[in-house]
Amino acid sequence: MRTATAVAAPIEAHGHNHWSPYVDNGGTTLAIAGEDYVLVASDTRQSDGYAINSRYEPKAFVLSNNAVLGTSGCVADAKRLCEVLEQRAQLYQHKHDRQISTPALARLLSNTMYNRRMLPYYVFPVLAGLDSEGRGAAYAYDAIGSMERVTNSCFGSAETLIQPFLDNQVARNNQRGADPERLLTRQEALKIAIDAFTSATERDIYTGDYLEIFIIDAAGVHKETRELKHD
Amino acid sequence: MALPAEASTGFKFDNVKRNQLLGDKGYKLPTATKTGTTIVGLIFKDGVVLGADTRATAGTIVADKNCEKIHYLAPNMYCCGAGTAADTEFTTSMISSQLALHSLNTGREARVVTAMTMLKQYLFRYQGHIGAALVLGGYDVTGPHLFTIYPHGSTDKLPFVTMGSGSLAAMSVFESRWREGLSREEGIELVKDAIEAGVFNDLGSGSNVDVCVLTKGNVEYLRGYSRPNERVFKEQSYKFAPGTTEFIDPAAAQGEDATAMDVSA
Amino acid sequence: MSIMQYNGSAVVAMVGKNCVAIAADKRLGQRALTVDMDFQKVFPVTDRTYVGLPGLATDVKTLSDRFRMRVNLYRHREERVIEPETFANMVSQIMYERRFGPYFVEPVVAGLDKKNKPFICGMDLLGCLNYANDFVVSGTASDNLFGMCESLWEPDLEPEELFETISQCLLNAVDRDAVSGWGAVVHIITPDGVITRDLKCRMD
Repeated sequence: MRTATAVAAPIEAHGHNHWSPYVDNGGTTLAIAGEDYVLVASDTRQSDGYAINSRYEPKAFVLSNNAVLGTSGCVADAKRLCEVLEQRAQLYQHKHDRQISTPALARLLSNTMYNRRMLPYYVFPVLAGLDSEGRGAAYAYDAIGSMERVTNSCFGSAETLIQPFLDNQVARNNQRGADPERLLTRQEALKIAIDAFTSATERDIYTGDYLEIFIIDAAGVHKETRELKHD
Repeated sequence: MALPAEASTGFKFDNVKRNQLLGDKGYKLPTATKTGTTIVGLIFKDGVVLGADTRATAGTIVADKNCEKIHYLAPNMYCCGAGTAADTEFTTSMISSQLALHSLNTGREARVVTAMTMLKQYLFRYQGHIGAALVLGGYDVTGPHLFTIYPHGSTDKLPFVTMGSGSLAAMSVFESRWREGLSREEGIELVKDAIEAGVFNDLGSGSNVDVCVLTKGNVEYLRGYSRPNERVFKEQSYKFAPGTTEFIDPAAAQGEDATAMDVSA
Repeated sequence: MSIMQYNGSAVVAMVGKNCVAIAADKRLGQRALTVDMDFQKVFPVTDRTYVGLPGLATDVKTLSDRFRMRVNLYRHREERVIEPETFANMVSQIMYERRFGPYFVEPVVAGLDKKNKPFICGMDLLGCLNYANDFVVSGTASDNLFGMCESLWEPDLEPEELFETISQCLLNAVDRDAVSGWGAVVHIITPDGVITRDLKCRMD
């Protein structure tokens, strides 16, 4: 006779009392917006507990020549969300006969996520692109679609390490005489993004392996790859 | 002179009831630093090689990038520790002083089995509440010895052992390459590779490789034997101009409200 | 919520060129409610050794008094001033003594030894020592502080440079932590004496 304990046993063997549909695969994504560009950087480590699933599993996705979606959280959800968003952007294109603008795409992403209010995508995305005036635009979201346009943002396992650094170096908080409104140049942003990740890699066990940086400007999307530590 | 109660020996339990109460009230009690670790040991032709990584973690954050996990026990004995960092540290240092007294009393170098027995009896007394998982290696009058000691007090005597969260990664290296009669160089290299397997494949382990070679009448402690994870140079310096941080000048603050509220930005 | 978050705190110590710095926030709260904006978390041990005690405020008080007594006993018995490393080991021993009923404090020690060599170390609540030659962090904002220090710190900072770096690390870290901040104090320990400064800080 099968007893309740016998049924429960294989689940407990995995160390979980309740089955959960959500997995946190670690990793970190950040975005910095400038006058005529926007930058998205994310590491490529995908992990589960103390194990590395993959050293190179990018979590920033190029949606078009003017949009990159950086993600963190559950990789499966992030990929699905990206697919859905691409499909809906494609439908927009067919319906209106023009490429979707970044602010419209940002709203579309918000709606797509809120559609799943009761069983959300476990994803914390940042959407980056140029707005209709050609300025860099980054949009940060929570898992259920609340959104905000920002000049810098960081999500993921090293969020608590990197966000204060961006507050300090991008928004120039707590610095007497510094102009918090001045946007970073492309070179400045690149350096800060790289240093943010090499520093986070030192202390966050889930961040590492490789760093992918996407820079979007009027010419399109440009990608740079750096190596991070593998331990 | 009688020492005041403050300096008495043994554990104190005066906070236990209070902490239990706080726990019952729903406050999560904090966890101590764990060495989510890779530690290994093997026997080679002339002795024992011990190895350890150097990462100490507090949850998912690296608390110490270059800690020492190979602890001194006696002139002819060293001990790698995994588990609760404080427990491995204090357990080994306490057994170390008992071994020193033991040697002075007997006029002989202590044997590795003696250390092993003292450690297992101590850990068994605390029924696993002292979270120390150890790899003990040494060379005494009866030759080289290698033991593992678990937090509950059980022990193993094997020619090659691994412990900690990276033990599976390290053991895969040992299982494929260990053989009897390894040379000193081969032994060190195998230990290094085993630790590096943990360093790169287990997120709880990282940074450098420490190695300790124990042979007849000799110990070589190779701290930072392999350093495969040096930090790269930063893209720029983050020095601030003098005067960047606003502070309250005691002279200027005279009469002014020193805690004036700033809620800007 | 963890008992370590009940009162809120942030402490950081850093090594400079022939100097060390230790800094802490000044908030005392009861969960989200701020009770005091001038709560002492860093205590002088000697003229050139300081200890930072982030954690549960009742234990901060108990331990600071207990350490004072033990340091005084040491001075009387040994007829010399305690060295920072010796003090760190004393603290470690006092913490581990309560292995099965710990104080909810993760101490940080910073000082210059008798040869003016900088010494800093951190500890977990069981007293496991963590020596560092760059920086140590502790308290509810420790993750934020790790990110800041890892990015901003560099070797051989002069006292005034060290002041800017440690202050910026602390201020930006506590701004992203809901239960620490509300004022901050920095001590720069140099061979010539200690410079103590109260920082202007966001009060929200």
